[in-house]
Formats: sequence, C-alpha cells, structure tokens
Amino acid sequence: MSGPHGTMAGVGRTYRIPLPALAAASLVLVTTALALVFFVAPNDADQGFSQRIFYVHVSIAFTAYLCFGLGAWKALLHLWKREPAADLESYVAIHQGVIFGALVLVTGSIWARISWGHWWLWSENQLVLFLVLFLFYAAYFMLRFSIDAGPQRANLCAVYALFGVVLIPVSFLAIRLAQRFIHPVVFTRHGAAFGGWIMVAYLVSQAAMLVLAYTLYRVELSGKRLDARIRDLRRVYA
Amino acid sequence: MTNAEKYVTAAYCVVFALVLLYVVIIAMKLRRLEREVDALAERTVRRPEEEREPAQVG
Repeated sequence: MSGPHGTMAGVGRTYRIPLPALAAASLVLVTTALALVFFVAPNDADQGFSQRIFYVHVSIAFTAYLCFGLGAWKALLHLWKREPAADLESYVAIHQGVIFGALVLVTGSIWARISWGHWWLWSENQLVLFLVLFLFYAAYFMLRFSIDAGPQRANLCAVYALFGVVLIPVSFLAIRLAQRFIHPVVFTRHGAAFGGWIMVAYLVSQAAMLVLAYTLYRVELSGKRLDARIRDLRRVYA
Repeated sequence: MTNAEKYVTAAYCVVFALVLLYVVIIAMKLRRLEREVDALAERTVRRPEEEREPAQVG
C-alpha cells in the first residue's frame, strides 16, 4: 500500500516503552524537576533568583539540539538504508526541534532581559547562530510542504536535514570560540561550572525535558502514522 | 513579587503554555482522525448492504 509518506507496510514500528509509561515518567520527572528548582536548589551567588531560568533554558536547548540531530540521523538512514519509516521520523524529530528551539529563544530572551537589560543582542554570536539554526529548520517545513508527497520530497527533505546538522556544532561551539561574550559558559573542558543541588536540579530538569520531548515525539509520530493509514484506506474505498 | 521572580515565572509559564498548546493541537488532530475512522467504519458497514441489494431484473 502506498501513502503520502511512502509505502505504508513496514512504516509502523513497535517500541519497547509504551506511551502511557512515557507520559507517566514525563509527569513524574517534570514535577520533581520543578520541586528541585524552586524548593531545593540554592540562589546563585551572582544572578540570584533569576538564575533559575537556567534549568529550563539549558535543558530545552540541549533537547532542541538532540531533536535536530535525531532528525538528521533519520534523514541519513532514509538516504542510506532506505528505511521506510525514516522520512516521517526525521520530519517529526525536526518538528519537535523547532518547537523546543522556539522555547529556547523565548526563555533566553526573558533571561537576557533580566540579566543584561536587553531582550536580544545582535552582537552575540551564540544567540545569532542559534537563531540561524532555528530559521534553517523552520524553512525545512516550507520545503516539505511545497513539494508533492513522494520519494522526491523525502529525498530532498533528507538532504536538507543533513545540511542543517552542520550548524549544531557551530552553534554549540560559538560561545567557546568567541573572543568577547557575555553569554555565560557553564560547561567547559574541565567539566560543569557548578555542583551540589544546582547540578542535581539541572540533571533532573534535563532528564525531564528529554523524556517529555521523546513522549511528544512518539505521540506525534503515532498520529501521523494513523493519518497516513486512514488516507490509504480512503483511497482504497474511493 | 520581585522583578526576578516575575521574569522566572514568565519563562516557566511560557514553556508550560507552549507545551499545553501543542497537546491541544495534537488532541484536535486526534479528534479529526477519530471522525475519519468513524466515517470509514460506516462506509465499511454500508458497502456489503449495498452489494446485497437485489438487482432489478426486466
């Protein structure tokens, strides 16, 4: 059976972790993270209470990078091994990455406003490079929806997704390569610049964001697969 | 509420609101899919009945 995302036979995939378990884990982790951030982690000596944005901002940023990375990996699998499910999985991962990317920009702007007194600074390489990465992947959807569904669209989108992955290390390393910056560096070659409860709260927040993103990825993927199957059935009945 | 507390609350609320919006959009899409499955199921039930109808002769 052929569908908008290629052959439907084999597109469905069985996962080891069921969705309800993932949703429950997300809820527990997010609640624990919020409790740690607001009731356990101490105030930062330099930034005070406002530093608590760090837990959500950095966790979301790493999650966005991982989503874009996953999208590129699935795109590679599509081009290399012609896996029937890879195109749809790449698309959903990039969609998640764009959602989390938007959250990075918004939470970052709020943090910048209180720390630096500006919502945005065009002179900061880290900010501008992340915006470029975000816009690059936002344009992925313009490409995808401007071509009719089929193998050509899948191939073009996969190539585009692979090009974008180059921007991830550039964006991540920009702050370390910059000569002059005000964006804080918390992860250096010598390890994290914090410890104790701040580290615990950060790690739990990071785990919460990753599990939440994976849960949303699986939910969206299930919906898209169901949609594709229904379209195929409608075509059979027509 | 201090200025810092306001900004931190705003940041967490934005994240919560966007995730909630995403869940609402997914829920709406699932409702649409449910309706489409219902329509398909109805057609599946109706089709054999139409096929069983006696053909007009003469």
